[in-house]
Amino acid sequence: MTPAQEAATRIEAGGSEPAGAQAHLAPPRPAVGGPPPHVGAGAAEQEQPKLQVRCLKAWYGQTLALKGVDLLVPPRSVMAAIGPSGCGKSTFLRCLNRMHELIPGARAEGTLLLDGEDLLGRQVDPVVLRRRVGMVFQRPNPFPTMSVRDNVAAGLKLNGIKGNHQEIVERTLRQAALWDEVKDRLDESALGLSGGQQQRLCIARALAVQPEVLLMDEPASALDPIATAKVEDLIHELKEHYTIVIVTHNMQQAARVSDRTAFFYMGELVEVGATEKIFTNPDKPQTNDYVTGKFG
Amino acid sequence: MAPDAHTDKIFDVELSHLRDKLLEMGGKVEASIAGSVRALIERDSSLAEKVRTQDREINRLEVEIDDMCRRILALRQPAASDLRFITTALKIVVDLERMGDLSVNIADRALQLNQSPPVKPFHDLVTLADLSEAQLKKALDSFVEGDVEKAEEVIQGDDLLDALYQKLFNELLTYMMEDSRVIRRATNVMFAAKQLERFGDHAINLAEMVVYMVRGTDVRHPHSRDVQQG
Repeated sequence: MTPAQEAATRIEAGGSEPAGAQAHLAPPRPAVGGPPPHVGAGAAEQEQPKLQVRCLKAWYGQTLALKGVDLLVPPRSVMAAIGPSGCGKSTFLRCLNRMHELIPGARAEGTLLLDGEDLLGRQVDPVVLRRRVGMVFQRPNPFPTMSVRDNVAAGLKLNGIKGNHQEIVERTLRQAALWDEVKDRLDESALGLSGGQQQRLCIARALAVQPEVLLMDEPASALDPIATAKVEDLIHELKEHYTIVIVTHNMQQAARVSDRTAFFYMGELVEVGATEKIFTNPDKPQTNDYVTGKFG
Repeated sequence: MAPDAHTDKIFDVELSHLRDKLLEMGGKVEASIAGSVRALIERDSSLAEKVRTQDREINRLEVEIDDMCRRILALRQPAASDLRFITTALKIVVDLERMGDLSVNIADRALQLNQSPPVKPFHDLVTLADLSEAQLKKALDSFVEGDVEKAEEVIQGDDLLDALYQKLFNELLTYMMEDSRVIRRATNVMFAAKQLERFGDHAINLAEMVVYMVRGTDVRHPHSRDVQQG
């Protein structure tokens, strides 16, 4: 078991205590310019889940799309959400940084805690929240009129983050494993990059504002196998510092990149567990049917 | 909502083809052990020769099934119960092939024994053979039916087989001590009995894999779990 898996097992075993007490308050915001601070792996025993989701329900108008999901995401780990189309996994992902509520008529309720802090409360500014919980989308969507450099720095400017942008751009592009490929064309249009490079640019853009959690919605589904492998390799690198939740239709991808896998079906979380277990010996028959390709 | 069929029907066909091949191989091993034991007890050399010839079929099936499994692994990337089925298939063919070899060993002993005057009848040998065959049959049934209880019966049944083998061993030893002229023949019988005992061990391997296939839990070597590595 990896430390993340152990932490998750422990969290799930004793995860019923209500969170949100003073002790669970978020650590100080990381200074822009370095990865978020975190305790070493040796201190895993004291670790709280990065994200705690309790009885999360989400609607589109009258339609209940998420029927009460309870889930814990350990820090610095990758959680994959799988399930057939319409199962609620993308809705779930979009609830995590309150993008779900941007859809007209959509709403969510339940408890969503980031480091013990409530994210769904009225006092929470969604824009500030989205700095802490970044998102990468299915199709690479660099800002078309901006250079590579400006794409990465866009979030910094938008959020009024001061500091040496030049340095942040380089560091972030390095984190996104893109620097060597674009260092000589930083001022060229981002649209001149390949699809895989554009997607890593979008990951760099998301990383520039120093999020704590990175949400990825089918980040490789529009990419060729080599570009996909690069993104997957990047995910392995990024989980050293970030907590990642990835939605994917590609079960092999979920198996390759994630520590834990959550299987959604018809708006419910059917099963969540160590990825190895989900793909070799899941507890629920529905999970077995899905990962063996018997429906969906 | 627990459909038996894969959305991709061709995958179902591949899996059922694989299952059929495993059963065909299992059936041939059953015939092989039954034939070699009959050849031994009824002193039927032509039957012993037949067992030897038919072992090639068993060997061929091992290679064929391995191929099928590799193909499915590469092209289908099976998961969960399918993955456990394929890995089980890959392992049990090794046991089945070896069981075929053990039958051939018995057939070889029968051919040797048939060239000498008969030894006295050993009733426990017949019982041992019946028990070994029954263990294989039950293990194969547990595989077909996905029946863990049956597989566990096979695993527990081995004690009886071992005890019977030990009894027969002692009987043969006494027989040889009483009359040194029978040593060569009695040793051949003892060797055949040993093959049956090992045959039973392979049946257990099959049963253990069936438990893994159905439940996903590894029941092998329960007493070796605590051994420190390195």
